[in-house]
Amino acid sequence: MIRQLAKSIREYKKPAILTPILVSGEVVMECIIPFLIAILINEIKAGCNMNMIVWYGILLVCMAGLSLLFGALAGSTCATASCGLAKNLRKDLFYSIQGYSFENIDKFMTSSLVTRMTTDITNVQNAYMMIIRTAIRAPLMLIFAFVMAFIMGGKLAWIFLIVVPILGAGLSIVICKTIPLFKKVFKKYDRLNSSIQENIKGMRVVKSFVREDYEQQKFDAAAEDVCADFTKAERILALNNPLMQFCVYTVMVFVLAFGSYLIITTQGLALDVGQLSALLTYSFMMLSSLMMVSMVFVMITMAGESGKRIAEVLSEKSTLSNPENPVYEVKDGSISFDHVNFKYSKEAKRMVLSDIDLHIRSGETIGIIGGTGSSKSSLVQLIPRLYDVTEGSLKVGGRDVREYDLETLRNQVAVVLQKNILFSGTIKENLRWGNKEATDEELVHACKLSCADEFISGFPDGYDTYIEQGGANVSGGQKQRLCIARALLKKPKILILDDSTSAVDTKTDARIRKAMKEYIPETTKIIIAQRTASVEDADRIIVMDGGRINAIGTHDELLKTNAIYREIYTSQNKEGDQLGE
Amino acid sequence: MVSENKKGIVGRLLKTMLSFYPVMLPITIACIIFNAVISSVPSIFMQNIIAVVEESWKSGDWSAVSSKIITFVMILAIFYLLSLAAGFAFNQLMAIITQGTLKKMREKMFNGMQRLPIKYFDTNNHGDIMSYYTNDIDTLRQMISQSFPQLLASGVMVFTVFCIMVYYCVWLTIVVVLGVFLMLMITKKVGGGSAKFFLRQQSELGKTEGFIEEMMNGQKVIKVFCHEEESKADFDRLNDTLFEESRKANQYANILGPILNNIGNVLYVVVAIVGGLLLLGNVPNVSVSGLAIGISIVVPFLNMTKQFAGNINQVSHQINAIVMGLAGTQRIFGLMDEQPEQDDGYVMLVNAREGENGLEECEQRTGTWVWKHPHQADGSVTYTKLEGDVQLFDVDFAYEEGKPVLHNISISAKPGQKVAFVGATGAGKTTITNLLNRFYDIADGKIRYDGININKIRKADLRHSLGIVLQDTNLFTGTVMDNIRYGRLDATDEECIAAAKLSGADDFITRLPDGYATFLTGNGANLSQGQRQLLSIARVAVADPPVMILDEATSSIDTRTEAIVQRGMDALMEGRTVFVIAHRLSTVKNSDVILVLDHGRIIERGNHEQLLAQKGQYYQLYTGAFELE
Repeated sequence: MIRQLAKSIREYKKPAILTPILVSGEVVMECIIPFLIAILINEIKAGCNMNMIVWYGILLVCMAGLSLLFGALAGSTCATASCGLAKNLRKDLFYSIQGYSFENIDKFMTSSLVTRMTTDITNVQNAYMMIIRTAIRAPLMLIFAFVMAFIMGGKLAWIFLIVVPILGAGLSIVICKTIPLFKKVFKKYDRLNSSIQENIKGMRVVKSFVREDYEQQKFDAAAEDVCADFTKAERILALNNPLMQFCVYTVMVFVLAFGSYLIITTQGLALDVGQLSALLTYSFMMLSSLMMVSMVFVMITMAGESGKRIAEVLSEKSTLSNPENPVYEVKDGSISFDHVNFKYSKEAKRMVLSDIDLHIRSGETIGIIGGTGSSKSSLVQLIPRLYDVTEGSLKVGGRDVREYDLETLRNQVAVVLQKNILFSGTIKENLRWGNKEATDEELVHACKLSCADEFISGFPDGYDTYIEQGGANVSGGQKQRLCIARALLKKPKILILDDSTSAVDTKTDARIRKAMKEYIPETTKIIIAQRTASVEDADRIIVMDGGRINAIGTHDELLKTNAIYREIYTSQNKEGDQLGE
Repeated sequence: MVSENKKGIVGRLLKTMLSFYPVMLPITIACIIFNAVISSVPSIFMQNIIAVVEESWKSGDWSAVSSKIITFVMILAIFYLLSLAAGFAFNQLMAIITQGTLKKMREKMFNGMQRLPIKYFDTNNHGDIMSYYTNDIDTLRQMISQSFPQLLASGVMVFTVFCIMVYYCVWLTIVVVLGVFLMLMITKKVGGGSAKFFLRQQSELGKTEGFIEEMMNGQKVIKVFCHEEESKADFDRLNDTLFEESRKANQYANILGPILNNIGNVLYVVVAIVGGLLLLGNVPNVSVSGLAIGISIVVPFLNMTKQFAGNINQVSHQINAIVMGLAGTQRIFGLMDEQPEQDDGYVMLVNAREGENGLEECEQRTGTWVWKHPHQADGSVTYTKLEGDVQLFDVDFAYEEGKPVLHNISISAKPGQKVAFVGATGAGKTTITNLLNRFYDIADGKIRYDGININKIRKADLRHSLGIVLQDTNLFTGTVMDNIRYGRLDATDEECIAAAKLSGADDFITRLPDGYATFLTGNGANLSQGQRQLLSIARVAVADPPVMILDEATSSIDTRTEAIVQRGMDALMEGRTVFVIAHRLSTVKNSDVILVLDHGRIIERGNHEQLLAQKGQYYQLYTGAFELE
């Protein structure tokens, strides 16, 4: 995981290395300053040689200046390094998701991907900042203070060898106890928050069933549970401070008592007064750096979960990749399924598509019809290689789809997905997703084919109308027509409409189909529909049932021979009969 | 003005916390203050000990001074013990108070939120509401658990040390105060800059988050259009801006520490030099103690300077946390202060049975419901049987002032009738149903339910009597059974299964891996949209309300399955008043009354045959000349 994340440091390696070096400089200054101050105090006591005081004063101010310089620079490089890492991580996550296949996308939920790119990255960023600033600072300080204490204090410094391990052990116990608790409670906390989200989204249901009190009880119980666990963990963690204080106080009392005894009995030979006060300073430094180490440790562990979740996305390999010597040209719009079996994941037991054997000529219009769950969408998603077949083979333009360059294939096979989405931006910008270089005339032409031009020109801003996120300000039928126009702009050899006119009225639907027949006759058209009216005039209609092809034929043939088709047709056309009456 | 506002928030927060912990909070505060005062004292005894040692080390006579030193060490140890006890106590108490306060705040927010009108949820972004519970609560936690105790402790210590300083020497105190003033100025300048950039970073983060969300939602479309490179380029632009802002914010924050730390060091030197000068110049001392300036004053002063500067530095670390915490707390209080849904209704829905004198109220569930209508004028009570007769008279309504959505709507639905609404998106169909259950209140006109003005009916009882199936289904985390039982909490398993059978959901539920015990998460993410709709129909079926509202309840079910559901629905709707909004005209065809809405007005009304004969809008819709949405 750490290696995976470290890959994203890249151009921010320099500040990342510089930070600990600068911090070291700062630490050295910080450790020398008390030393100089001890001398200064002695000078003052010795009899106020003003020259010496001023001289040491200037020296100290210079030291402080240096310390400030190092500290400020370290702060700055550290900010650059940690924000840089966050930036690169975000970028790498985003880029690697862009490289995902549909199978990869299905694996992660959208909301979890968003969390990984926001909260998780922030956690890692903060932990990283702590690491490069403190990871070097605390141990360095510990060692430096230790060494100084021994130089200054001699024998008395042995007390640190007793106290430091005790404190270290105490802190470790606290950490070991709290970390599993925190891990557990964070999961509960996540669940609590997702239940709040559920409540907000379902507020209409809550209110219409008058379940406010019930929801409240549910929430209170969950909140109580989270609170109890958090309190438990925090209370153990809160032992850190008193523990640390206890150690500092013990050392102080010990050093003062025995130090005084030592000074007086040896008449200042083993230890003098200046050394005594320096010892006190260093002891404080030493123990507080231990404390710092323990806090960093807690933080790193907590960020560890976030790091894992990020690494999971980064290390996910796309299940589809370009072939070695890709073909960059699709000859024509012919499609041939050769005994294709398909399932979405290797672990799945049941095939979603079984034994599909289907040959479509270039320029043909094919209708596909069938109930929910009959795998109509799965069938067409194989054609632009959004998924790979599990068994058998699929050829487009006479070649296996796995031989093509992915971009070439997908530009030649345009799909209008069932769950289609417009992006925030003008209509023009949205349409140009189909073809970046499309001229305004081409845009209008495509919109005329998809019967979108008529309502677009009714908008005050026409083609420059701004579409809100998710296309919230256009109706379902308008959205579908825009999506068809967007796909047409690709000038594809194969056009697939996956239930793309369900919200369009039947008359317009018929007009769109007619326009396509007239203006793009050489394009192979595959139309998935709920209404038999949408596929009636197709060259051939495929009836799907339970992942298999139930029947293929023209409208008239199927009406005579196929029970499913007939059932769908009559259920939708009874009204028509009555109308005739 | 702004700072006054902030003071108000802090005051209110403290008051709220005090109401949660009337005993514990003052004890905690006392512990913090006690600990802070105590911690400034030991340095005095330390100095005393050192002074004694200094006087007598040359003599080498331990026994002469041992009693004095041991006494000082003992006193020191006692102070340490006290400080330790206080420290232990306040750390533990603080952990309890912090988590407890957060819990109670969460509950208050959540409970308050349950009482808010639907309008609040319609007009506020759900992500924004959510962030009260996540981001704002986090900043609050930071502030309560760290910033407040730190601020209090530092404040007390600064004050104690200041008193001791004045006790010793005013001249040196002035030097220290000047230095501290400088530190505060810098803190304000740099810290303010840092806070500004932090807020800017937050807003950039929001923008980037929005972009990420949109792209992640449209990821499949991006793939289909090979649009990866363009979205990467857009993302890079946002990401780079975010990087710049957050880098600046963090730089400011990181630099503040070293600056203050070293000003502290310089101040130390300045005090030493001034102290030296005072000693040399034999300047008369001004102090509370009346001591003359000597080494015994200058040396402790240096230590106190260090303490003083250290505390200021500690406070400065909390600035960002406090700025963000106050903003978060303000938002949290904002949510709590939202006006809850008003309910002046007093007519109640009660169970009844046939008694000697007509209907009698009773406790147990009888299946017969009556409206209990107390009359304020004479104190009498009338009982009206719940039939499901709904009448609208000349209803006008507007979501926003000046933008009317409904005009002159009059509808009459007799018990057991099926009334359908047809019309384009935005014609006002759903709005009418929103008025029936009083999610919104009408601007003008009257709505009568079994002859009673619906404004007089208690909202809870009104809604109990109406069953609604919405187009966007919302399921809750729990088993399939739990979700069905949501309609009536005391329903038995058998009743739930019967309801599922009635609505045609039983078939797919029994095919789920764990049947009715299948656990659903994320709004039933593992079910299809059609299956979710079936479940929400079953949920209403178990509630068994006399009046039902079906708002595009079968829109995502394919025509074959819909036929099955339709049979269940027809069984369910038998003898009930039903309002139907449907996309497919086949669903509404057999209604008693069909109302065609256009721009908030009823333009045609009648049954299927009558409307076809009129050859108006309905006829055009039906023959496919018009788009429904």
